[in-house]
Amino acid sequence: MTVAPALLRLENVVKYFPIRTGTLARRTVAQIRAVDGVSLAVRSGETLGLVGETGSGKSTLARCVTRLQDLTAGRIVFAGTDISRLSRHRLRPIRRDLQIIFQDPYGSLNPHRRVGSIIAEPFAVHRLAGGAERRHRVQELMELVGLNPEHYNRFPAEFSGGQRQRIGIARALALRPRLLICDEPVSALDVSIQAQILNLLVDLQDELSLTYVFIAHDLSVVRHVSDRVAVMYLGKVVEVAPVEQIYRRPRHPYTAALLSAEPVPDPDASDRRNRIVLAGDPPSPVDPPPGCPFHPRCFRAQPRCAVEAPALTPRLDDGPDHPTACHFPLGEP
Amino acid sequence: MSTPIVSAIAGDRAAGPPMPAREASTPGRGPLRLAAQRLRRDRVAVVSMVVIVVLVLSAIAAPVVAHLVGHGPDTQYRDTGLTPAGLPVGPSREFLLGTDGLGRDVLVRVVYGARISLLVGVVSTVLAVTAGVLIGLTAGYYGGVVDVFLARFMDAVLSFPFLLLAVALVSIVGPSLTITVLVIAFFSWAAVGRVVRGQTLVIKEREYVQAAHALGAGDLRIMLLDVFPNLIAPVIVYTTLLIPTAIVFESTLSFLGLGVVPPTPTWGNMLAESLQFYQVAWWFVLFPGLALLITTLAFNLLGDSVRDALDPGTERLFAGGSR
Repeated sequence: MTVAPALLRLENVVKYFPIRTGTLARRTVAQIRAVDGVSLAVRSGETLGLVGETGSGKSTLARCVTRLQDLTAGRIVFAGTDISRLSRHRLRPIRRDLQIIFQDPYGSLNPHRRVGSIIAEPFAVHRLAGGAERRHRVQELMELVGLNPEHYNRFPAEFSGGQRQRIGIARALALRPRLLICDEPVSALDVSIQAQILNLLVDLQDELSLTYVFIAHDLSVVRHVSDRVAVMYLGKVVEVAPVEQIYRRPRHPYTAALLSAEPVPDPDASDRRNRIVLAGDPPSPVDPPPGCPFHPRCFRAQPRCAVEAPALTPRLDDGPDHPTACHFPLGEP
Repeated sequence: MSTPIVSAIAGDRAAGPPMPAREASTPGRGPLRLAAQRLRRDRVAVVSMVVIVVLVLSAIAAPVVAHLVGHGPDTQYRDTGLTPAGLPVGPSREFLLGTDGLGRDVLVRVVYGARISLLVGVVSTVLAVTAGVLIGLTAGYYGGVVDVFLARFMDAVLSFPFLLLAVALVSIVGPSLTITVLVIAFFSWAAVGRVVRGQTLVIKEREYVQAAHALGAGDLRIMLLDVFPNLIAPVIVYTTLLIPTAIVFESTLSFLGLGVVPPTPTWGNMLAESLQFYQVAWWFVLFPGLALLITTLAFNLLGDSVRDALDPGTERLFAGGSR
């Protein structure tokens, strides 16, 4: 298959949060570098998995892409339009094509609104489908995500976590978006429910030809749904690769460490494999280490790593689809 | 007529053509409905509500009471209502709760006083809550410069010496019911505003507000449909607790002669007048004072119960919990 055109392109996206002190004369004393120069492309119809530890900037990146937060620098090109500086008004029509599912199914639904009203909100905001037609569409959506359409006048508190996540999915799908950002959509759910929601998302992708950016910290979840995987560390992308390559042949030491931390169901196999245990915690994004952000914890670090930041480029014979930001990638002497 | 199906979906109007939609199952119960249910099971709340209803009814029926006992609120009964020495007479068949220093019926005046107290309490509270919600919501939602300005303004209002300002204001414009209501409202809204602002700051970070932003909803829509419903609980609690405060406030002003002008009876100015007679006419002090106490107690207990009902997770600090 030829490479599909990019639906979403991030160019050097930067998001810093200022830390301010003082009550009246507020001044900025430091910056949290949540997202520090991310460039990525998401092709039409694919699922890009985005993994990384807590605090690596995944969720901030999701909020930047959906423009829930303004960028500090960089460009976000969605379907050929640079949306990174668009006003709220100009952004409105684009929001129909670009939706987000949130992590917490308890926090993402207003407890005071009935489910029908929550799922109908996109129609109300964009003044689409009124009256009986709107109700009909809402019930169709509920059926699509596996909810009982008769329950539309219930309140969120009357549903389980998995059902609530289905409500959130129905709301996000109401306007038939092209791109859906899934911000850890299953990490707050029971394992048995996780599979149901993941399968639902996979089925919906086929049915509605959706493109996903799928954020998770659980690698087995990402492996299940993704076509390509991007690994983030301290606000930077350190490796991008097709899913089978990254699991079989990780190049970046951090990716390898992350993979080795993934639990294996078979205890014998778990004992046999080599776990890479990283020392210490991720450094503070307020004061990231110079050079490669991973070098203080890296088991392959050399003096050069502390000085020179590696660029995200293809290494060895990986091909253009598998760039790694490392001076001494695995598999290289 | 609206069926549950029609009212279920925002923006829906009356039932149109026969709908392809499925029938609804039983409508769910929202958080406020559940709170009302808990409140109905709370004995203290029910008793307080009964007391408040009785108070309101007697205030409304004040002319009826006056008619039944045959005494006007401002009429001075110098022959029957005062002893030969010119002192108030005690409770008797003629004057059930005795008379005051001018030979007026204390019962009738207490009942008429309830009108003023409840009127001032409710009107000033409504004004204060409306202003507090509008300003607190605006400050909390928009943040930034707007918030800095409004929050500092609220702090300034809260740090005003209210009695001093009331005295100064009344000495310029003269005491009246309107001034009383406005003064009380002005000194009460900032407390509501602060609470609402704090809640708004929390709620606007919730994911459902983020979801509304992601859908492209406007600020007004988000404030009205997503933020405000979540403020209702604290606002109700504040309202029930603010009414008794306002009633006491009014009594204080009237007591000092800065509130409602005599001869219109209020509990505050009755108490002020009674101070000359407390050694010989206990009833003149007791009954207006008791009316004030029962009213504020009923509202305060109801307020506590409302808070418990709306937030069942938190334990009451003092009550033993065996209710």
